[in-house]
Amino acid sequence: MTTILLSIAVLGALGALFGAILAFASKIFHVEVDPRQEAVRECLAGANCGGCGYPGCDGYAAAVAKGEAPTNRCVAGGAEAAAKIAEIMGVSADAAEKMVAFVPCSGTTGHAEMRFNYSGPVDCRAAMLFGGKSNKTCTFACIGLGNCSRVCQFDAMHIVDGVAKVDRSKCVGCGACADACPKSIIQMIPESQKIMPACGNKDKGAKVMKMCDFGCIGCMKCQRECPADAIVVKDNLAVVDVTKCVQCGHCSDICPRHIINYFG
Amino acid sequence: MLTNIISISLGAILVNNFIFSQFLGCCPFLGCSSKVETATGMGLAVVFVMGLASAICWVIDTYILIPLGLAFLETLAFILVIASLVQFVEMFLKKSIPSLYSALGIYLPLITTNCAVLGVVLLNVQNHYNFIESVVYGITGGFGFMLAIVLFASVRERVQFSDYPECFDGFPICLISAGLLALAFMGFSGMKIF
Repeated sequence: MTTILLSIAVLGALGALFGAILAFASKIFHVEVDPRQEAVRECLAGANCGGCGYPGCDGYAAAVAKGEAPTNRCVAGGAEAAAKIAEIMGVSADAAEKMVAFVPCSGTTGHAEMRFNYSGPVDCRAAMLFGGKSNKTCTFACIGLGNCSRVCQFDAMHIVDGVAKVDRSKCVGCGACADACPKSIIQMIPESQKIMPACGNKDKGAKVMKMCDFGCIGCMKCQRECPADAIVVKDNLAVVDVTKCVQCGHCSDICPRHIINYFG
Repeated sequence: MLTNIISISLGAILVNNFIFSQFLGCCPFLGCSSKVETATGMGLAVVFVMGLASAICWVIDTYILIPLGLAFLETLAFILVIASLVQFVEMFLKKSIPSLYSALGIYLPLITTNCAVLGVVLLNVQNHYNFIESVVYGITGGFGFMLAIVLFASVRERVQFSDYPECFDGFPICLISAGLLALAFMGFSGMKIF
């Protein structure tokens, strides 16, 4: 009994002693932190998404306070956060161009031919281990097992009918999904870009026709009809030149495969 | 006394190297060895903490735990000491020697969970070392760790430019090189000085 009491007392005393020393030391060795760092940290979204390229929100706040980082890197906080941070740091704000994720695939269940019926772990990487790098015949297709939606901290990525779908109203453009996608098909595009062909297949038209109801067959109709010459078919795939696109939405209307997305 | 210390030091650095023959502290050994620079930082931090921890734990063991018959609490008490010590040293360095603090960076708090540090203080007790021997064992054990991690980091930097089968890319080749290095260190095993 005495041993038990003694051990409790000794360990308790040691713990209290070290605790007291540490508490005392933290007072003595207190280092002044730049108050602006605290203030900048308050403005950030706080999701630690890493979209700014720094290790977490604290790392970015420290870099901003030191004047090493631009004030507009917080993609999650957007223009609002950039303006507040700029005010704290006393510099003019250049709002960050807001980026959103985009999944160039329209091969929903029932419309894209399946190579095999996958029933393993719900993880795109696992599905990729089987031949062909995808459960769909199209090697460019979204596997649709949701690695992207699991890393999204903003509930902006969902698997709808076997294809990842971005909720543009919630997406903050941190790029976590693009990093998580084992097929690297998710692109980060400026939010101002409203026209995007939602297919990534570079195979020839006849081949695409067989494996997907929605694949781009490179028919060049959009290229011919675009009033601004902004859309060209390259490697059997329609590509939008964002510098020329006037975002009229005409290509979206005339596409025979209905895959050119128009985010109105 | 002097011969004893020399034999302890050589033993800790080469013969009973913490990583290659006792397999303690393998986590930072693999984690912080991608660059020679970071490896040196980690090694220095370990030398520092191991030396201090050996000294303080010896005092606590000899003057508190053993007289009270609480030797069975050693592991628990030592963990407590190491954790608070690292915290204290971090605060002290941040205030007094900011250059050293930023050089050691993230490695200092990481050492709290380094089993080599706990290993060295427990081995001190097991081997019935006196105060000076304990401190020497701690510091030289740290140098042994540093030697191992810096050697390994150099190997890893060199391996990056080598032509090896693609399936070994990344961690597998790193583990193989670690194994080969450990084999090389086995050449010292069983050696006794004096």
